[in-house]
Amino acid sequence: MSRGIPEPKLTAVDAMIDKLTGAIFLFQIVVVVVLGIAGNVWKDTEARKLWYVMYPIEKPWYELLIIPLRFELLCSIMIPISIKVSLDLVKGLYAKFIDWDELMYDLETKTPSHATNTAISEDLGQVEYILTDKTGTLTENKMVFKRCCISGTYYGNESGDALKDISLLDAISGNTPDVIRFLMIMAICNTVVPVKCSTGNICYKAQSQDEEALVNAANLLHMSLTNKNGSVLDVNFNGRMIQYEILDILEFTSDRKRMSVVVKDLQNGVILLLTKGADEVILPYASHGQQVRIFFDAVEQYAQLGLRTLCFGCRELEDDEYRNWASLFKEANSTLIDREWKLAEVCQKLERDLKIIGVTAIEDRLQEGVTETIETLRKAGINFWMLTGDKQSTAIQIALSCNFISPEPKGQLLMITGKTVDEVLQSIERILLTIRITTSEPKEVAFVVDGWALEIALRYHKSEFTSLAILSRTAICCRTTPSQKAQLVALLKSCDYRTLAIGDGGNDVRMIQHADIGVGISGREGLQAARAADYSIGKFRFLKRLILVHGRYSYNRTAFLSQYSFYKSLLICFIQILFSLISGMSGSSLFNSFSLMAYNVFYTSIPVLTSVLDKDLSENTVMQNPQILFYCQAGRILNPSTFAGWFFRSLFHAVVVFMITVHAYSDEKCELEELSMVVLSGCIWLQAFVVVIETNSFTLVQHLAIWGNLVGFYIINYILSAIPSVGMYTIMFRLCRQPSYWITLFLIVALGMGPVLAIKYFRYTYRPSKINTLQQEERFHGGRILTIEECESQENPLEKDLSPVTIVHNKNRNPVYEPLLSDSPTATRRSLGTSINFDSFQPIQPRFFSSHLRNLKSN
Amino acid sequence: MNNASSSGINGVAEGTGPPPPAAAVAAAIKKNSKRPKYSKFTQQELPACKPILTPQWVISVFLLIGVVFIPIGIPSLLASRDVVEIIDRYDYECIPEDMRNDKVGYIQNGNSEKSCTRTLKVPKDMKQPIYIYYELSNFYQNHRRYVKSRNDVQLRGSGGDDGSDTSGCDPESSNDGKPIVPCGLIAWSLFNDTYKFSINTQELAVNKKGISWKSDRDHKFGSNVFPKNFQSGKLIGGAKLNDSIPLSDQEDLIVWMRTAALPTFRKLYGKIEQDLTANQVITVILENNYNTYSFSGKKKLVLSTTSWLGGKNDFLGIAYLTVGGICFFLAILFVIIYLVKPRKLGDPSYLSWNRNQTGQL
Repeated sequence: MSRGIPEPKLTAVDAMIDKLTGAIFLFQIVVVVVLGIAGNVWKDTEARKLWYVMYPIEKPWYELLIIPLRFELLCSIMIPISIKVSLDLVKGLYAKFIDWDELMYDLETKTPSHATNTAISEDLGQVEYILTDKTGTLTENKMVFKRCCISGTYYGNESGDALKDISLLDAISGNTPDVIRFLMIMAICNTVVPVKCSTGNICYKAQSQDEEALVNAANLLHMSLTNKNGSVLDVNFNGRMIQYEILDILEFTSDRKRMSVVVKDLQNGVILLLTKGADEVILPYASHGQQVRIFFDAVEQYAQLGLRTLCFGCRELEDDEYRNWASLFKEANSTLIDREWKLAEVCQKLERDLKIIGVTAIEDRLQEGVTETIETLRKAGINFWMLTGDKQSTAIQIALSCNFISPEPKGQLLMITGKTVDEVLQSIERILLTIRITTSEPKEVAFVVDGWALEIALRYHKSEFTSLAILSRTAICCRTTPSQKAQLVALLKSCDYRTLAIGDGGNDVRMIQHADIGVGISGREGLQAARAADYSIGKFRFLKRLILVHGRYSYNRTAFLSQYSFYKSLLICFIQILFSLISGMSGSSLFNSFSLMAYNVFYTSIPVLTSVLDKDLSENTVMQNPQILFYCQAGRILNPSTFAGWFFRSLFHAVVVFMITVHAYSDEKCELEELSMVVLSGCIWLQAFVVVIETNSFTLVQHLAIWGNLVGFYIINYILSAIPSVGMYTIMFRLCRQPSYWITLFLIVALGMGPVLAIKYFRYTYRPSKINTLQQEERFHGGRILTIEECESQENPLEKDLSPVTIVHNKNRNPVYEPLLSDSPTATRRSLGTSINFDSFQPIQPRFFSSHLRNLKSN
Repeated sequence: MNNASSSGINGVAEGTGPPPPAAAVAAAIKKNSKRPKYSKFTQQELPACKPILTPQWVISVFLLIGVVFIPIGIPSLLASRDVVEIIDRYDYECIPEDMRNDKVGYIQNGNSEKSCTRTLKVPKDMKQPIYIYYELSNFYQNHRRYVKSRNDVQLRGSGGDDGSDTSGCDPESSNDGKPIVPCGLIAWSLFNDTYKFSINTQELAVNKKGISWKSDRDHKFGSNVFPKNFQSGKLIGGAKLNDSIPLSDQEDLIVWMRTAALPTFRKLYGKIEQDLTANQVITVILENNYNTYSFSGKKKLVLSTTSWLGGKNDFLGIAYLTVGGICFFLAILFVIIYLVKPRKLGDPSYLSWNRNQTGQL
């Protein structure tokens, strides 16, 4: 679980702002160079004639640089420095809104959501791929032992709960040896520590949820692990105390996928190897002669039901065999180099010729609201990849039950198979071909890959696999290691997709750190993932709110705030440039230094900060129409063309303000201080109205900020006008007494805002964006009440009954074993349980969204 | 125009989600302090109004602008038209014909005869006070080198008696090591044409008191600051100042030092405090001293009455009428478009995903 070093994350929005800043910087340089040259030419041709300016005749060569430098100083305000401060402020608030959100507070575990990284909320609104862990993320990670198969006998198939199966209880009371051995493995083949609870009963402390479930189940089946005293275990079986001594523990690793203990039965001195693990690492080591077909069948059947399976095996060890092996084990344990690998090798030596005892099936229920969340987010155009360490069929079942993939005929599952490099390549190419053919059909195509094939694909066929990854909206990767998860994240990131990784366990940490956004579920597997993540939430279903509400609002608000910041800086800068055209290209400033400073710091920064409260659409509308997230994903609200709109708006406003003022305050009224204050007032008024026209929802705070700011502007300037020593002395008093001042300002506002309003109205009415349509819908229909209720019931955890995975499929359960994926290598198109009730699956998200996105990307 | 003011009509009160029962929330908070506290702000549920651009609303805004602007435009235009203005450009005419091919030489020659006589005809009755302006064009008082070349501390007299603080005044800060008061290019280039007015040999009194801002006389120019070493260098810029009059009383200087923002500007010369009647002929005897010939600047003499809006300037009136008219036109246009091509706002069928879905199913 090496964590790796997390890189600092930069949001797409910030990257775009940086890009735009760069563009403005280039523009600034062009302006400076052009004006600088023009200034020098004007100086040499015209200014020499102006005797009152007294240009020295002799000049050093660097005099040539003075005018460009003056323009540089004049234009330096073009890039708003305040944007960084404002953005930091609002980003902090976005994060706080996430922390404060009551609807994302997990009542069950009493954990609020938390934004650790306060700088990347906008990215939430631009997520294109979600890579999710399965266990503990989609599921509750609350393991319950449900079924088992001991020596070919199924228990729990009838009632769905082996603990209530009479035949199993009978077998226990009848002391059937295999059943006893099975229970013994359940009880002692683990690293569980029994502790006395406050209630007097025994509680179990386990690192693994599976082990805890098994020990608890064994306890209920009268085989209880009561005490652990050093290496000696006390097991109470039907009131009889049995003692075992643990000799060695062959630990679980994600590579070995099994764990074993070597115990000595203190009653008769027999040394036993007890092993449990995934079927593919246990069943191949069955002793010769044992029929394992029945266990394969059991595993498949359980996996088909979405249950987690573990196979149990055991072997009696001879004393010398054990002693020989123990010394090897000790040696391997004490090596420093490649210890893990050497240990695995030694363990392998012991774990062979196993007598397979049985298979357990543990249920891990889907978290509540997972299906709905995935469906909504998929409608929003987000692609889901499931990366799990579980076996393939379990993963596919979970994927089916949580709407991750659709069954036939709507969905189609493609498998990447193969054990060798060439096989995998062939498989990938076949799938690519299939996907390309089926793109015209309204089919949902997903591919499935397991750890081994994935390893080969990532190592040898990266380009083919990448093109597959781009084409497929859904993928299931089984048996993946933590580093593979991280590699997949990196792969998607390299295709320039915004990725969100969500997981709950230590094995997801690397994926979480590598993704653009890491979300950790503060769940049962500890806080490791939640600590490494940018956001931690209590339940998977909060992801919907996190993305659709917080991400979307954050993106919209930042988009407005940043573009507005450029707008206001450009506005004042364009006015300075216009003024320099009529001041002999000398680079004189129209505004005094205080006004320039206060313009950015006080006059224009406060109203726009209230955009953190702006909501273009209500939360319910967004939840009902998640497709609207497309505008954020595709960056429709902040991109070079919207920015160009703001650029030309500021140019237009600068021309309006300047030309009107110059004409209204001509001749005897063109005193510099007065004129500059008229121009400044015009800018302040215009910017207030720009904020008004761009704000979607007005709260009291917004009104206070916008109009209070305007009043504040006059208060500040009144105060300044009362101080005799400053240049602005009496200016504001004079202006406010002049009717022409107010008339000029009204003209500026009308002429500045009229066209903006007209254009906006036209777009709004005749070429409305989806957002506009929804706004209108919201206004006229007040939101659809039915769906609001849906939203609420989804948010209220107490009212909805918890539906375990199996319920959906129980009614379709077929006693005859039907393999989901046949093992013949030629079959690439497979059916997915055609007997499943299709009505429970929702219509598919139209593909055009994703293809659209891709077109945008490639442009 | 104002989204906010319309909120009462068009706004939709948005208080999303019913607030949880207060008692339950309080109990929950007591139980667990980690639970976020409920407030409308933290849940982003502040009551808000969401005005949207309905046709009715936009059309009425444009109508309103039209209705307000035209009534303002008409009196503005009338006020400007009421102002009587006599403008006389004299920079060319006041050079003797034989000197006209060397205007700069003529104006720079200290010995040549500079006086010049102009006759102005009063077009309409002019009520007192009649303001006398001189208008210069192509004169860049806003030039960076020029506009900065002054020292307010020295002018105010707060920096010591001798006016030795001449920082920022270069290249007119000192002469032979002695500080110039008032220093700087602005003061140095003080306008120095003079005008004498008479009607039928009857001299018209010109009041040159109170032509500058009172605040400038009281606070910006010291009453204890007297001109020193002014225009005593080799190069003489403009007017000379009487060394015995404090700066606060040198009103021409004070007016001149209120720099103009535009290259064409008028500055107040004086006031005629008597009415003039139409067709009267005013004889102006002026002394044409100031050099605008180097940079081909025009010089004009302007006599003007004033209105509530200032001098003669049709711009605001015309602009108001135009904007008002355009807004009326737009309002009517919007109405026509609205009637011809009505469009239902907020129709969910405009959402492409809804369209697609229905197409699919």
